[in-house]
Amino acid sequence: MEKDAYVMELDDGILHVKDLDFFYHQHQALFAISFAMPRHQVTALIGPSGCGKSTFLRCLNRMNDNVPQARVLGSIRLNDLEINQETLDVISLRRRVGMVFQKPTPFPKSIYENVAYGLRILGVRRRGEIDAAVETSLRKAALWDEVKDKLQQSALALSGGQHQRLCIARAIAMEPEIILMDEPCSALDPRATKKIEELITTLREQYTIVIVTHNMQQAARISDCAAFLYEGKLVEYNRTDIMFTAPRIRATEDYITGRFG
Amino acid sequence: MAIFKKNFWRGGEPWVWVTAAGLTLVMLLTIGFFAIIIINGLSALWPRDVVRITTTSGDVIAGEIIKKEFRHDKLHRLQLKTANRDVNGYDFKWINANTISETSYPPDIYVLERLEYGNFIGYLAENNPPHIQRHFVSGELRHEIDALVARIDAVHMLIGTYNDQLRAEEKNTPVNQENIHRYQNLIGMYNHGAEILEQELDTYRALFITADGKEKHLRLAELIRFYQPERMNIFAKTVHYAKKVEELLFDEPREANMEGGVFPAAFGTVLLVFIMSITSFPFGVLAGIYLGLYAGHGVFLQLVRVAVNNLAGIPSIVFGIFGWGFFVHGLGSSIDELFFVETLPEPTFGTGGLLWASLSLGLLTMPVVIVAVEEALRAIPSAFRDASLALGATRLQTLWRVLLPAASPGILTGFILAMARAAGEVAPLMLTGVVKLAPSLPLDSTWPFLHLDRKFMHLGFHIYDISCQSPNVEAAKPLMYASTLLLVVIVLLMTGSSVWMRSYLRKKYSVSSGF
Repeated sequence: MEKDAYVMELDDGILHVKDLDFFYHQHQALFAISFAMPRHQVTALIGPSGCGKSTFLRCLNRMNDNVPQARVLGSIRLNDLEINQETLDVISLRRRVGMVFQKPTPFPKSIYENVAYGLRILGVRRRGEIDAAVETSLRKAALWDEVKDKLQQSALALSGGQHQRLCIARAIAMEPEIILMDEPCSALDPRATKKIEELITTLREQYTIVIVTHNMQQAARISDCAAFLYEGKLVEYNRTDIMFTAPRIRATEDYITGRFG
Repeated sequence: MAIFKKNFWRGGEPWVWVTAAGLTLVMLLTIGFFAIIIINGLSALWPRDVVRITTTSGDVIAGEIIKKEFRHDKLHRLQLKTANRDVNGYDFKWINANTISETSYPPDIYVLERLEYGNFIGYLAENNPPHIQRHFVSGELRHEIDALVARIDAVHMLIGTYNDQLRAEEKNTPVNQENIHRYQNLIGMYNHGAEILEQELDTYRALFITADGKEKHLRLAELIRFYQPERMNIFAKTVHYAKKVEELLFDEPREANMEGGVFPAAFGTVLLVFIMSITSFPFGVLAGIYLGLYAGHGVFLQLVRVAVNNLAGIPSIVFGIFGWGFFVHGLGSSIDELFFVETLPEPTFGTGGLLWASLSLGLLTMPVVIVAVEEALRAIPSAFRDASLALGATRLQTLWRVLLPAASPGILTGFILAMARAAGEVAPLMLTGVVKLAPSLPLDSTWPFLHLDRKFMHLGFHIYDISCQSPNVEAAKPLMYASTLLLVVIVLLMTGSSVWMRSYLRKKYSVSSGF
C-alpha cells in the first residue's frame, strides 16, 4: 500500500495512528495501520465483515483492554497524548473519546439518568449543573423536543431510533473531543437512520467523528474522509469524494461498487 | 388416505396434544393437592354437629361425626369423636350402621374444650347451683374465675421471687439467719394463701352427665370454651370459627401440641427463614457476581461451577449432618469454651439452636442464589457493560449502577426459590435445633432480644410431630391440616411478596424490553 504524506501526518489531524498491529492470542487482526484523522470531520471506516474495522475503532478508546489475550503494538496519538501506553489513565481517555455502539444500549434507568450517567460517575452532584448538561446534550442529539416532558420516565420505553440518539446524547454529555460510532444505524429502520445521519452532519461542527459503516451510500453521504480496510490492512485512505469517484486501487473500486464484500 | 395420515403426524398436531396432556396432568395433581389442604385446613376448626346414637343393644353414644364409610352406596359404618377420654379411656369410636337403632341431634348437649384430656361432650346436670347453671348460658362467672387464676399466678410468681432471694441469702457468708427466717416465713405464708385461693377456685365446678349417664365434675377454670352446636346458627358458628383461627395463629400449643395454637411454630418458621436469608444471601450474591463477571472458563472454574450446581441437589439431611458436626459440635463447642466457660458443662452454643439451623439452611440454599445471580448477570448483553465502560465508568461503577439493577429481577428469582426451599425443609432442622415444644420464643424482651442460641419450633416439624409422633393421631388431625394450610400460606406470602417486588423491578430494569 502506498504511504504518502497526506495519509501519515495532517496539520489539522487529531488522531494519528502509526504502525498499529493488533494480535488476538496468536492471530494477527490488524497489520501496520498508519493514517491520521482530521479534526471536526467525519472519517468513515469501510470494508467487508471481519476486516478489522471494529477492532481498530476499539483501539482508539482502549476498549480492547477488556478482551483477554489481546495485544496492541504501535502508536496512537490523540493530539500529543499517546493512547497506547501502559500508564495511560484509561478512564479519563474514555471521557475524551466517547463511543456509540451498534446495538442501542439505553441503561435501565430514566431518560434523565441515562444522560446524567457519565456525570454521576464523575461525582458531579450539583443539580443545576446536571440539569443543564442533560438539556444541552439532548438538544445536541436532536432528542430534546421528543422527551422533554418525560425525562423521568424509563428510557426503555423509547423507540430504537430514539434509543440510539439517547446513547449519542449520553456520550455528548461527557463533552468528548471524539465520538466513535460502531455501525450506529445497522439496527435501525431507514427513517431513524436518516435522523442519525442528519445528526452526525451537525455534530461534526463540534466533534470529530469516526464511524464504522457497511452502508456505502451512508459513507458517501456523511463522511469527509474514508478508510478502506481489507483483511486487517489499510488498502486506501483519502477524501471521500475522491475515493468514491476515483479510487486509486482496484480492490477499493470493487468494494465500493459492490462487486465483492 | 395415506397422505392425510402422513401429514397428520408430520404436522406436529399429536405432539401438541401430548404436551398439553402433560400440563393437564400436572395441573390436576396441583389442584388436587391444594384442594385437599385447603378444604381440610379450612374446615378443621368449624364446629361439628353432635349426634346421639342409640344402638340395637341399648347403648347410648354421643359424638361428632368425623367420617362416613359407604359400601355399595349404603352407609356401612361411621366414626364418631366421642371425646371424654378421661371417662371412657378412648375418644374415637367406629359404629356399624346396622347396629344403629335411633339417631338424634340433642339441642341441649354441650361440647366443652378443656385444658386437659381433650374435649368433653355431655349434658349439664340439673342439680348444679343456680349461678353455675347461669354461667353456662351467659358466661357470667368468666371474670371471677379469670381474676382468681390471675391472683394465683401472681402469688406463685411472688413465691418464686422469694425462693430466689432465699437461695441467694443462703449462699451469703456469714449466713444471715434473720433474713433466711424472714423469707421462709414469707414463702410459707404465700403458699398458704395460694392454697386458699386454689380451694376457692375449686368451688367453681359443674356436674356434667355423659350421653351414657356417667357423672363427671368439671372445674370451670379448666374449661377454655363451651358451646351447644345444635343451638348455634351460622353466625354463631362463624364467630366460634374466628375465635378458633385466632387461637391457632396467636396461642401456644396445648396437650402435646394436639390442641391450642401454633404461634411459636409459625413464628419460628418465619424467623428461621429471615435469619437464613440475611446470613447466606450476601455471600451467595458475591460468589455469583464473581462467577458471572470476573471468573474465567478454565478447567478449575468449570469444576467449581459444576460443584455449585450439584450442591443444590444434595439431600438436605446431609446438610443437617454437616451442620450438626461442624456448626454445633465444632464451632458451637469452641464458642462455649471461649466465651461461656462459666456455664459449662451446660452448653450454650454447643447444642442445636436457631443460629446453627439458619446457617445449615443457608448452606443448603446458597447454590440456588449463586446460580441465579450468575445466570442473571450473564443474561445481560455485554454491550451494556461496554457502554458503561466507554463512558469512563470503572468496573465497580458499572457493576453497581448498570449490571446489578438489570440483574435484580433474576437475583430476586433466586431469593424466592431459596426462601421457598428453606421454609419447607425439616430434615436438617431436626439435627440442628428444632424441638417439638420450646419453652420460650427466640425473640423476646430480655437482652439481647434475639436469642440465636435458643431452640425453636417450626411448622414443618410441628406437622411431622403431631401427625406421626403424637399419642393420639386422630385427635391431632384437625390441627395437622390447619398447620399445613398455615405453612403453605406463610410460604406463599413470603414468596408472593418477592414475586410482586420482582415484577416491579422487571418493569423498571428489564434490559430486553426495549428491543
